[in-house]
Amino acid sequence: MTLKVVKAVRRTISSACKKNLQVCIVGAGPAGFYAAMHLSKNVQNVNLDIIEKLPVPFGLIRYGVAPDHPEVKNVINQFTKVAKQPNVNFYGNISLGKDIHLRQLREHYDAVLLTYGAEKDRLLGIENEDAQNVISARNFVGWYNGHPSEQNLKIDLSSKTAAILGQGNVALDVARILYTPIDDLRKTDITECALSSLAESKVRELYLVGRRGPLQVAFTIKELREQLNLKNCQTVWRENDFDNIEDTVPHLPRPRKRLTELMLKSFKQGNVLDDCSKYKIFKPIFFRSPKKFLINTDKQVTGVLLACNKLHGDNWVTQKCLATDDTEILNCGLVFRSIGYTSVQADNELSFDNGVVPNDKGCVLDDNSEDKLAKLYVAGWLGTGPVGVILHTMGNAFQVAKVMCDDLKNVKHDKRDGFSAISRIMNSDQIVDWNGWERINKYEIEQGQSKGKPREKICNVNKMIEVAKCNDMLIE
Amino acid sequence: MFRRLTKTFSRPKLCYLIKNNNLGGSFSNYRSIVPLSTTNLALKDEKVTVTFVLNDGKSLETQAKIGDTLLDVVVNNDLNIEGYGACEGTLTCSTCHVILKQEDYDRLPEEPSDEERDMLDLAYGLTDTSRLGCQITLTKDLDGLVIQVPETINDARS
Repeated sequence: MTLKVVKAVRRTISSACKKNLQVCIVGAGPAGFYAAMHLSKNVQNVNLDIIEKLPVPFGLIRYGVAPDHPEVKNVINQFTKVAKQPNVNFYGNISLGKDIHLRQLREHYDAVLLTYGAEKDRLLGIENEDAQNVISARNFVGWYNGHPSEQNLKIDLSSKTAAILGQGNVALDVARILYTPIDDLRKTDITECALSSLAESKVRELYLVGRRGPLQVAFTIKELREQLNLKNCQTVWRENDFDNIEDTVPHLPRPRKRLTELMLKSFKQGNVLDDCSKYKIFKPIFFRSPKKFLINTDKQVTGVLLACNKLHGDNWVTQKCLATDDTEILNCGLVFRSIGYTSVQADNELSFDNGVVPNDKGCVLDDNSEDKLAKLYVAGWLGTGPVGVILHTMGNAFQVAKVMCDDLKNVKHDKRDGFSAISRIMNSDQIVDWNGWERINKYEIEQGQSKGKPREKICNVNKMIEVAKCNDMLIE
Repeated sequence: MFRRLTKTFSRPKLCYLIKNNNLGGSFSNYRSIVPLSTTNLALKDEKVTVTFVLNDGKSLETQAKIGDTLLDVVVNNDLNIEGYGACEGTLTCSTCHVILKQEDYDRLPEEPSDEERDMLDLAYGLTDTSRLGCQITLTKDLDGLVIQVPETINDARS
């Protein structure tokens, strides 16, 4: 009894002396969750609100990671632990720049961290890029992963030959999803809609086009190994693409060396195609840049005009790629553009340059910062540019969170109200909180069960909200 | 007497028992049968000391069960190593990267597989004695093992 009283008194005193710090994180992807993980552990008396544009959390873990890589998604378990802490809140279906403005967040929080990633596809900027069946890899990935804004994707998979422009991991994800036997995909959380389209796919020859050479590919070795081991698929390399590569190998750092050795091994094995009809063909080609898309009278893509490139310089890291006068035509009825992502400027009061928010170790560089506005930070792809695997985003998010921890010790302005102030500004009926997400999660898992899938994602925002708000479905 | 019990319930037999009692082979289930008193004592005997040296110089010394991986040790003992083991030991990330002393690296029974090396290639601060913690299973021989946990960010990156 006495102990209880002492505890209660202590609690009152401490809450009176130490104000509760209010931190807002914009974007519930890996960067946001990793930052929340660090902040919740290392800042005393902090309340963390993670706001998210979609009603559901996890960003690219849910909508970027390929459905046949469920192991990568295990990190969701760590994020769920973070979200379930009493001082961490998730508020989904709030869009920065629309439902709420950056200035308002900075007025009502002690610190604001932007982690909303890179949601747009980079463009090539060449002729006929808007032709039919020139598909953004980003849209395609979002489509098969059930992203609500990509469900109207128009894709025609009836062409025998397709090309992917770009040689990163997203390009290899696209290739692998196109070529994985459909019955293997049925066991994943890929959407039913994507499954039925992919089941009808006629693609049997798939090019992977790179601007530079084998030493400069951006994909990582695990993804390449998977592609090379794909059932019913033969990889065919071009004869001259590996000239002089072997001599360079001993001088490469280990990761690049192993990756190159794997390509060389596959190249040397040759392509003994006894029965072509048995295999789907995967053809990585190098030293080619798309110059323009060729189209028919219906404005459908019929091919890509490629410029032949030469690399200049001795060092593989700094080699520059220059186009020659030679060109080549690649005939194909479907093209994926997979040359990287770019961020958007979500709020017009946000400084934005070259596709990222300019920052110094995560502190956003803006000159017109007023004293009363909370300090602004950025982590993840919005700050670093869209490169690297989850490990790199994790490292960056921890680094930025560390800087925030130090700054939060010296917050000078008066007590802030955080989300209670924000919810007064906007229509809060449509907000989906963590309980709402748990209802969606439960519903999706149930929907998947009958089909033998880990989950069947809800691909529509209204449906998500409906399920999230369904009160009679009680969670324990 | 205890020694005999230890022998009776040595790990292969224990695993055999678990599997044949349909309790599954995973480590979570493994723990759930421990209340059986004899096995409990047996397992108590089968502990080794492991020390994780973090990048800020702090050391975490802990008791670890033989047969557990270094990732299991971090999870089961709730060691405060941020972000460790994101993919939960499925060889799809490199967040459990550890650096061993040369002599420890050399005495591990198995060399890293291609898949493990593939993941290590993405880690920051990769060394010749780097391994993934989820792939190192503790044996009696490894008692007193000291492991370095490298920085998860590359400070040299501009």
